[in-house]
Amino acid sequence: MTEEDFSCGNTLFHKRDARVKIIAAVTLSLVLALNSSISAAFAGLLVGATMLAFSKPTVSILIKRMGLVNIFTLFLWFTLPLTYQGDSFTGVQITTLITLKTNAIFCCFLALIATSSAVSLGHGLGQLGLPAKFTFLLLFSYRQLFIIREEYARLQRAAQLRGFIPKNTLHTYKTYSHLFGMTLVKSWNRADRIHQAMILRGFKGKLIPLARTTLCTADYIFLALLLLISLLLTLFSYYSKFL
Amino acid sequence: MHISEGILSAPVLLSGAVLTTVGTTIGLKKLDYDRIMSVSLLSATFFVASLIHVPVGPGSVHLLLGGLIGLILGWGAFPAIVVALLLQLLFFQFGGITVLGANGTIIAGPAVLCGLILHPWLKKSKKQRMIAGFLAGFCPVLLSAILMSGALYFSDHGFFKIAGLVLLSHVPVMLIEGLITMFVVNFLARVQPEILSMEVET
Repeated sequence: MTEEDFSCGNTLFHKRDARVKIIAAVTLSLVLALNSSISAAFAGLLVGATMLAFSKPTVSILIKRMGLVNIFTLFLWFTLPLTYQGDSFTGVQITTLITLKTNAIFCCFLALIATSSAVSLGHGLGQLGLPAKFTFLLLFSYRQLFIIREEYARLQRAAQLRGFIPKNTLHTYKTYSHLFGMTLVKSWNRADRIHQAMILRGFKGKLIPLARTTLCTADYIFLALLLLISLLLTLFSYYSKFL
Repeated sequence: MHISEGILSAPVLLSGAVLTTVGTTIGLKKLDYDRIMSVSLLSATFFVASLIHVPVGPGSVHLLLGGLIGLILGWGAFPAIVVALLLQLLFFQFGGITVLGANGTIIAGPAVLCGLILHPWLKKSKKQRMIAGFLAGFCPVLLSAILMSGALYFSDHGFFKIAGLVLLSHVPVMLIEGLITMFVVNFLARVQPEILSMEVET
């Protein structure tokens, strides 16, 4: 498993402030999710794909993620035209709309959000007014995630070395439960130790980001441009009903 | 378990967002800084659980264990699960920004509810603890699947059969979750019982 595969880079999208990208991504996603016209959804997909192309993602990972996201739409393609209450033509129309919308929002997300690191997004959310406790939770679980996964992987390796082969048996489920239970116990005790260590260092419930970020002109222009695109998409979606 | 972007209707998305905001706010309010570290570690553990694949029949399912987090954290499970969902969205693009609220309600709501209801059972006999453990795995998945089907159905009545399929496909997950949660609860009760008996004073 790899994480934050798209966050490294030096493109226009990587350089923008996390706050600006969060606002833009939320607005664009909302506009696209609420739209019910196929042509507007297609326009949205074009916008998303263009942004994605500018953010220069790693193509191999991109294809894999795109496949994962489309598993559900594929499932819809196999089932919805046949099961849709109404007729199968409406079923096909709805499925097309959903496929376009899902992929359009996915592209926007990758270009806007996945190009930031989890840390800058966490702090960005805090600066945008999310409760401090929430951003703390986000940043800290992100910090501990890799350690806990490593912890679990170690237990799993030990089980494999003892000849554990997962099968459809109660023993398998019990073994998995104990592996996970042990992971829980370890992370629980780890939490205590971290808490004590942080108290010793004078922790008062506030995380102070080292990188002080200020918004520059390019950020404002970027935001204005994307909000304009969102507005245009909304208008397009609204008027394409009458075309 | 995640619903992707572009499927749900505006009223469903909005109610999901409102419920998740309320749940998260209550959860955060009940959470003081002495416990925040445990909650963030459990949030990370919940994320790791979703990477564990357990064999079922010819295929495999990944663990959810929301009910277990609910048992351990009570209301605190709400923000913990929402944070884990946010991280999954960030890393794997599961779910989406606009459906985060709906997914949060679908997954965290039943987890918290079942955790709060079943927690008092844990302190009783071993048999009752095992039953509570099983139910804490089984019921949240059942309720989540019902909520998910409901969200699909209320978005578009044409989704009726799909909603039924979703519900049906979760039956094996419910059973596995029930068994695993039961064993984990039993394990924790023997190894480190204080993990199970915190919170839920409400």
